[in-house]
Amino acid sequence: MFKTFKTHHFLFEELVKRDFKKKYKRTVLGMAWSVLSPLLSLLVMRLVFTQFFGRNTPHYTTFLFCGNLVFSFFSESTNQGMTSLMGNAAIFTKVNVPKYLFLLAKNAQCLINFGLTLCVFFVFCVLDHITFTWRFILLLYPIACLVVLNLGIGLILSALFVFFRDMQYLWSVFTQLLMYMSAIFYSVDNFSPQIQRLFLANPVYVIIKYFRVIVLEGALLSWQYHLLMAAEALLVLALGCWMYKKYNHQFLYYV
Amino acid sequence: MAILEVNNVSIRYITGDFKDIGLKEFVMRKLTGHYHVTEFWADKDVSFTLERGEMLGIIGSNGAGKSTLLKAVSGIMVPTEGTIRRQGSIAALLELASGFDDELTVRENAYLRGAMLGYTRRFMDEKYDEIIAFAELKDFQDRPFKQLSSGMKSRLAFSIACLVKPDILILDEVLSVGDGAFRKKSERKMHEVINSGATTILVSHSLEQVRALCSKVLWLHKGRQVACGTDVAGICDRYQQFLDGKLTIEAAGE
Repeated sequence: MFKTFKTHHFLFEELVKRDFKKKYKRTVLGMAWSVLSPLLSLLVMRLVFTQFFGRNTPHYTTFLFCGNLVFSFFSESTNQGMTSLMGNAAIFTKVNVPKYLFLLAKNAQCLINFGLTLCVFFVFCVLDHITFTWRFILLLYPIACLVVLNLGIGLILSALFVFFRDMQYLWSVFTQLLMYMSAIFYSVDNFSPQIQRLFLANPVYVIIKYFRVIVLEGALLSWQYHLLMAAEALLVLALGCWMYKKYNHQFLYYV
Repeated sequence: MAILEVNNVSIRYITGDFKDIGLKEFVMRKLTGHYHVTEFWADKDVSFTLERGEMLGIIGSNGAGKSTLLKAVSGIMVPTEGTIRRQGSIAALLELASGFDDELTVRENAYLRGAMLGYTRRFMDEKYDEIIAFAELKDFQDRPFKQLSSGMKSRLAFSIACLVKPDILILDEVLSVGDGAFRKKSERKMHEVINSGATTILVSHSLEQVRALCSKVLWLHKGRQVACGTDVAGICDRYQQFLDGKLTIEAAGE
């Protein structure tokens, strides 16, 4: 796998470049949108939940941003990943290239966007008087897990999307449902312990919580928690890899 | 030691209900037992071997399974039955003009295509000017690809593709592209590539071309191997007779 990636890294780079250029074509602000759009949705959420629902959680903006940051990366990456294979049908039916390369390129592009948003996030943390500790470095761990999770879900979705175009609509409904279940704008503290444990089955929530604990509380999580996060992400990735391995040679018939 | 060995290769396409039906239809038909998949053998029991430097011509009417066979040889498809053994690198130039991105510029497309063909970035940096000069697109380098005429597109595709130096070269009707002047140039270039010692597989509807270039010929008809051998003139003659209606496919296979 590593060797095939090495021989194809030029193609990989060109694909990332192409996706980048196409994404911001004919937009006045160009790449600034990747920072602006999560900021604007953050603004809307903040407005809605502080003005209308009168939430008074301390550092509520940062609290929201943690959820929004993670979730928008997840949603963008999986939604774009879903169409990555189908969108490159003209290429993989003519040239013998590894098919996961298209998904990797899309995910790399989303990761760069996420990186930019993350910088804005830290600026907001400063504005919100969050104290920075060495523990912030630990945030690399949930980010790595999130990337693995996105890749896994992208593999599954892009494979399914070749067979059933309905996936697009089903996934957008599911993403919405998941957003409400990920405690982005509310805290799970008011629920009973059993329900709170149920939230841990949602890998996106697990990652959001990690961000909040590190950034807002400056605390550490148990090693079991780390293990759970990695296990969930790797499980999804394994399922995705298995699907690609199984259907790798059948995609051709369906495009 | 043969550089390419194709042993009893059969390739099955599946067609039928599964395409373009949604999830709901799929589940409904599965439940009611109305889900039908038809099988279609694009190639059946095809065998041949190629030694280094040999040139194989594949002939046959439309739908004979030529392109499918080439896809299997180049590794895009896996044969349903049989085996294909390759040695060395392989470059397949199939349907050159497709696979470009209309939104990108000529330069970006050139690099993307080069990457797809397995070139390195250094190689592309070196050869880029040469490619553009050969394609005669110097004034168009930074134009979006959709503004190019289809002739220009295939010229660019050809100019990038003809730089390949593979052990096995697959050509699907790409010996020459473009208008009169470019056609001559591209033919000459292609012959250069072929003469550089690569083992070549050529699909062509031009019997003269096959007669002139190939050392071996394979005749396919509706997926079946009618004839294969080094008797290029003999097989081409029989194919011509078949095309003229003077020979049935059964008699030709004898």
